Amino acid sequence: MSPVVSLCDISTRLGGQWVHRGLTLDVAQGELMALVGGSGAGKTTLLRQITGLQRPTSGAIELFGEPLYAGRRSQRFARLRRLGMLFQQGALFSALTVFDNIAFPLREFGGLHEAEIRVLVLAKLGQVGLAAQHATLMPAQLSGGMVKRVALARALALEPELLLLDEPTAGLDPERSAAFVALIRQLHAELGFTVVFVTHDLDTLSALATRVAVLAERRILASGTLDEVHATEHPFIQKFFRYHTTIDETPAE
Amino acid sequence: MTQGCAHLAGDWSLAALRPRLPVLRRLLSVHGLQAAGWDLSAVTRMDSFGALLLWRAWGMHEPASVLLPPALQAVMQRVRLAPPVQSAPPVRDWRVALRALGRPGLLIASHAKGFLLMLGSVVLEAARLVYRPRAIPWREFSAAFYQIGVRALPIAALVGFLIGIVLAYLSALQLRNFGADALIINILGIGILRELGPVLVSILVAGRSGSAITAQLGVMRVTEELDALAVMGVSAHQRLILPKVLAMALVMPLLVLWTSAAALGGGMVATQLQLEIGWQHFVVSLAQVVPVQNLVIGFIKGSVFGVAIALVACHFGLRIQPNTESLSRNTTAAVVAAITSVILLDALLAVMTRGIGVPLR
Ligand SMILES: Nc1ncnc2c1ncn2[C@@H]1O[C@H](COP(=O)(O)OP(=O)(O)OP(=O)(O)O)[C@@H](O)[C@H]1O
Ligand SMILES: [Mg+2]
Repeated sequence: MSPVVSLCDISTRLGGQWVHRGLTLDVAQGELMALVGGSGAGKTTLLRQITGLQRPTSGAIELFGEPLYAGRRSQRFARLRRLGMLFQQGALFSALTVFDNIAFPLREFGGLHEAEIRVLVLAKLGQVGLAAQHATLMPAQLSGGMVKRVALARALALEPELLLLDEPTAGLDPERSAAFVALIRQLHAELGFTVVFVTHDLDTLSALATRVAVLAERRILASGTLDEVHATEHPFIQKFFRYHTTIDETPAE
Repeated sequence: MTQGCAHLAGDWSLAALRPRLPVLRRLLSVHGLQAAGWDLSAVTRMDSFGALLLWRAWGMHEPASVLLPPALQAVMQRVRLAPPVQSAPPVRDWRVALRALGRPGLLIASHAKGFLLMLGSVVLEAARLVYRPRAIPWREFSAAFYQIGVRALPIAALVGFLIGIVLAYLSALQLRNFGADALIINILGIGILRELGPVLVSILVAGRSGSAITAQLGVMRVTEELDALAVMGVSAHQRLILPKVLAMALVMPLLVLWTSAAALGGGMVATQLQLEIGWQHFVVSLAQVVPVQNLVIGFIKGSVFGVAIALVACHFGLRIQPNTESLSRNTTAAVVAAITSVILLDALLAVMTRGIGVPLR
């Protein structure tokens, strides 16, 4: 089966310097792929390239087995409908209420009755741990973590085949992070979708990822299960995980 | 009448159902409550929408006999637990009507309050700067001066020149009927210097810079830059508003002079073509027939209008809520309010200066 996302020999030049150089990565159907790397390593840029928001300087991207920019406008849009993206800053529509933000992709999809949309939106709100009374708030009235959860609910609204999450648990308390991991796992079991998520949180990483890709030195340094990556003899990877482990163990000492 | 068992199969996700949704809805509404039993064992995939569709077809409760494979239990459970759709009945009594009546009044009051508060803060900040001249925001002032004034020069000259031509052409046609050709210089001189120049420039600047000021403050609110400034102990009134007000006060008279000159230039060209009054004669008699007070009144008007535009634009900018809808609404309102207040002030000043600089013979 062809991979859901296929990045082949991607090079990206931004602001006069190379962010990616000959980067290659495949994400197979049903994988929960974690993308880790230092701040400014180009993880967000990579997600933006997968969605077609940004073009790499060179290289080929395939989405659902077809070249990203292939086909007519309607075909490209249809491909985009099959994925959901959670932006690092939420990117909620500031003029719409929480309810309308989550209902937006459903209404755009068409064919749904308003009563059905109501139920689906409220169900999504419940899934991300928000109550029905939050539905009428405006994005500016939300806390940072709530923005994340509403954005997640919006990305999940169509229960897409591919979910791109940029730091989904940043700004959430540990309990919410755990609930988030449980939610994604449950949906993954039911719907069998593919997830690519960026995270700096080792707990989320170890609880959710079936595969880990390390982005550093402008390419994918290593990819595989957490243990495989952990075992890789590369100074960056060793430092990355050692640092996190020390942080994790500090309270226990 | 009950029917046989309903067998469902295949992909029951939104994307897969979408093409056949109307047909499916019809089928479900016919059989939903009548089928004797439901067999979902051949369903390969079901998302929340698919489950919801079935749940609603079943009349929001589980049918007596249903075969639900374990893999679908969770998604069904989710839809079942979804909170019921409730909509509060709208409140309708005399208080609603009263509130609707009072709302415009309250809105005006809140505008007046906000405007006065901002005006007070700006004056206080200006007074504070007298004692701490080092804190004077020169950079912001010169940036505003450049943006509002220098960048507007080409468009102001073009508009002024063309209006001058049109005005002179129309007046010349009428004056010639009376044989009062020479009066064209009085009409153009007083009309442009005293009235048309300042108002024309103000409308241009309200559209160009008024909207820009409002939008800038609004975006800074949306991106929390105003909050960041406040936390760093920098007053937005001092750093953002005061420089713009001062720049307007100083640059507008210069723009008035520039635009009036362009308009008179246009008038001169049209006069020469239409009435054969040479430009040398035009310039010499302009100085004789138009008292210099008119120029001063034009400068003062420009300054007053400029300050009004800046204050109105900043006022609406500060009222913007952190969302895009409010941003666009307030930017529009700012331009409309700025132009309206310019016209109102113009009427007021016209009454106040009615005895000055108009030679009566
Ligand atoms: N539009 C742009 N113009 C110039 N440089 C850019 C642009 N966008 C991103 N960059 C640069 O590309 C690099 C990668 O940015 P990116 O946002 O992808 O990092 P990231 O891995 O997501 O980091 P973080 O974990 O902090 O979110 C950074 O060095 C950034 O400065
Ligand atoms: Mg990022």
